[in-house]
Amino acid sequence: MNIVECTEINKTYQQGKVEVQALRGISLNIKKGGFIALAGPSGSGKTTLLNIIGGLDHADSGTVNVDGQSFDKMNQSQLANLRLHSIGFVFQSYNLIPVLSAAENVEFVMLLQGIPAAERQGRARTILDDVGLKDKYDRRPAELSGGQQQRVAVARAIVSNPSIVLADEPTANLDSKTGQGLLEMMKKMNVEKKVTFVFSTHDQMVMDYARRLVLIHDGLIDNDLVKKN
Amino acid sequence: MHIHLAWRNIWRNPRRTTVILTAVVIGIWSMVFLGALMRGMMTGMIDNGISTLTGDIQVHHKGYRNDPVIENSMTNPSMLKKILNDTLPNGSQWTARIRVNAVANNARHYSGVTMVGINPAQEAKISFIGPERIQGKYLDSMDHHGIVIGRELLEKFETRIGKKLVLMSQDTNQEIASRAFKIIGIFTAEMKATEKQFVFVTMSAAEKMLKLKNTISEISIIIPENHNNSKIASDIREVLPPKDYEVHTWQELLHILTAYLEMFDQFMYIWFVVVFIAMGFGIVNTTLMAVYERMREFGLLKALGMKPWWIVRSVIYESFLLLIMGMAIGNLLAFACIHALSKNGIDLSYLAEGADYFGISRIIFPDIFFQDVLVANLVVIVLGIIVSIYPAVRAARFTPVEALAHI
Ligand SMILES: Nc1ncnc2c1ncn2[C@@H]1O[C@H](COP(=O)(O)OP(=O)(O)OP(=O)(O)O)[C@@H](O)[C@H]1O
Ligand SMILES: [Mg+2]
Repeated sequence: MNIVECTEINKTYQQGKVEVQALRGISLNIKKGGFIALAGPSGSGKTTLLNIIGGLDHADSGTVNVDGQSFDKMNQSQLANLRLHSIGFVFQSYNLIPVLSAAENVEFVMLLQGIPAAERQGRARTILDDVGLKDKYDRRPAELSGGQQQRVAVARAIVSNPSIVLADEPTANLDSKTGQGLLEMMKKMNVEKKVTFVFSTHDQMVMDYARRLVLIHDGLIDNDLVKKN
Repeated sequence: MHIHLAWRNIWRNPRRTTVILTAVVIGIWSMVFLGALMRGMMTGMIDNGISTLTGDIQVHHKGYRNDPVIENSMTNPSMLKKILNDTLPNGSQWTARIRVNAVANNARHYSGVTMVGINPAQEAKISFIGPERIQGKYLDSMDHHGIVIGRELLEKFETRIGKKLVLMSQDTNQEIASRAFKIIGIFTAEMKATEKQFVFVTMSAAEKMLKLKNTISEISIIIPENHNNSKIASDIREVLPPKDYEVHTWQELLHILTAYLEMFDQFMYIWFVVVFIAMGFGIVNTTLMAVYERMREFGLLKALGMKPWWIVRSVIYESFLLLIMGMAIGNLLAFACIHALSKNGIDLSYLAEGADYFGISRIIFPDIFFQDVLVANLVVIVLGIIVSIYPAVRAARFTPVEALAHI
C-alpha cells in the first residue's frame, strides 16, 4: 500500500529575476514501512520535495496524495490537520520549543490532538525511554546535546503513530558517532513500530542505512535503488 | 498547558515583559487612582454646593428664584412646617431662612453681601456653619445684634470680632432699612467666594430690620442618604399649591454643576481611551517584536500541525496573561494610593487660587466609583486583546517554509 503518491511534480522558485526549477516533474511512491533516503547534491531539490510531501509547500503542478488524501482540495487548516495526525517532521536543527522540557515537547503534539493529560504524560515518557532518554524528561532543549535534541524530535515525530516521518538531514549537525546512534534508533523504531521514514541526506552513512535510496539530481530522479537484505 | 506555555513564553524576555507590565500598571493606576481623585473633586464640588445653603431640596415662593425680592416670600410658615413634617421621611432635616441682598459697610469699606437670617440651631444641622465650625461665638436665637461673617470679608473690611458692621437693604415698604450688628463669629468655607458673600444673623434680627412678620424666603431640606431627592421633591410638590410654591432638587438648583457632571462621565471615558492608546502602541510594538523574534518557532508549530487560528490564540493568551498581571498590580497600587489619601486627602490650595471659582475644594478626597474602575479595567482588557490580534495574526501568517528557512 502506498502512503505517499507523487506524480509529475513541478516546482519553480523565483530568485530575484531568475527562475529556478527546483523540481521538474518528479513522480515518487512510498510504501508503508519503508526506510528511504533521498540523496543528491546540494540544491538538487530534496528539501523542496519533502516540504511538498509534508504539505508545508505546494507544488506548481502535479498531484500529491498522502494516506489516500489528495492535497488538491485541502485548505491550510485541513493540511494542518493532516500533518498533526499523519505526518511527523524532524528538521536539521531547531526542532524543539525552547521553553518546554523534553517530555513537554513530546506531549505538545498530543495536546494539539486533544489527548488527555494523563495519557499524554505516560506516552511521552514511554517514547522517550524508547529513544534512549530515560532520565532526561525534564531537561529543556538548551540543556540537551545536539544528538539528544534530535532524539526528542524523533520521539515527538513518532509518538502519535503517524503514517510517515519526514526527516530533512536529521544527522547533518551531528558527529558521525552520534549520527549513527540516531540512525540505529530510528531503524529500531522502523522495525519495531513499523514507522515509515523518509530522509534527505548528503551523508553516506544514512544512505548505507536506507533500504531504498532515491538519488535526485537537478529536480529529477536519477536513480531509485531498492536494496535487498 | 496552553497557559503554561504562554506563561513561560512571556518570561523569555524579562525586560520586554517588564516594559509591557509597567505600561499596563501605569495605565490602570492612572485611570483608577487619578479617576478617583477627579471623582473626589466632583463629589467635593457637589458637597460644597449642597452645604453652601443649598441642601438636597429647596422650597421657595413662586418667582423667588428669578427675582429674589421680599415680595416673593412665603408667608405661611406654619402650614409649610406641617406639610414638611408629614411628607419628609424620618431622619430628614430642614430649616427656614430669610435671604436678601444687602450692602455691608463699616467706617472704611462697603461691599454687596447676601444677608441670611437663620434659625441657628436648625441651620447648624444642615449647613457648613455651626458652633464648632466657627471662630468666636455662634449665633443664639435670642441674639438680635450678633452677626457671623466670613474670614475673607473680615480681612477685606480690616475688622475683627467685637467690631460693628452695618447692613442696609430694602424693607417690605420699599424703604431703605439699616441695622447695626456686632461681629461675634467668623466662619471659613471651602471657597473664598462663600466667605465674602454670606453674612448670618438670626431670623428675628432679620425680621426686625426688614419689618417682616411670619415671612420666610426659602426652606432648605437635607434628606437621609438612601432616599431619592427627586422623588421626595415631587411628593412635596404634590401637596403644595403649585401657583404659590416652587420645589427644586439640588440638581436643578446647581444646574451648571449638574451639566458639568454629565459631561464629566464622558470626559472620563474619553480620557480612559486616550490613556489606553498610549499603552496600546506599546503593547502592539513589543508583541510584534516578540513575534518576529520567534518566527522560526511559529514555523515549527505550523509544521507540527498547529492551525493558524491556534497560533493566533496562543499569542493572545500571552497578551492576556500580561494584561491580567498588569491590571492586578495596577489596581492594587491605585487602591493603595486611594487608601493612603482617604483619611487626609490632598491639599491643593497652594496649587490653584483660581480653582476656587470652579467650586473646587481646597482638599480633595479620592472617591471610588465602582463603575469607573470597571470601565477602566474593561477598556484595558478588551482593547488590549483587540490590539494583540494584529501581531497574533502576523505570527499565524508565517508559512512554515519561509519561517524555517529564516535563521
Ligand atoms: N524559498 C526559496 N526561494 C527561492 N529558491 C529556492 C527556495 N527554496 C529552494 N530554492 C531553490 O530551489 C532549489 C532546490 O532547493 P532545495 O532546498 O530543495 O535543495 P536541497 O536538495 O535540499 O539542497 P541542500 O542539500 O543544500 O539542502 C535550489 O536551487 C534552491 O536555491
Ligand atoms: Mg535541503
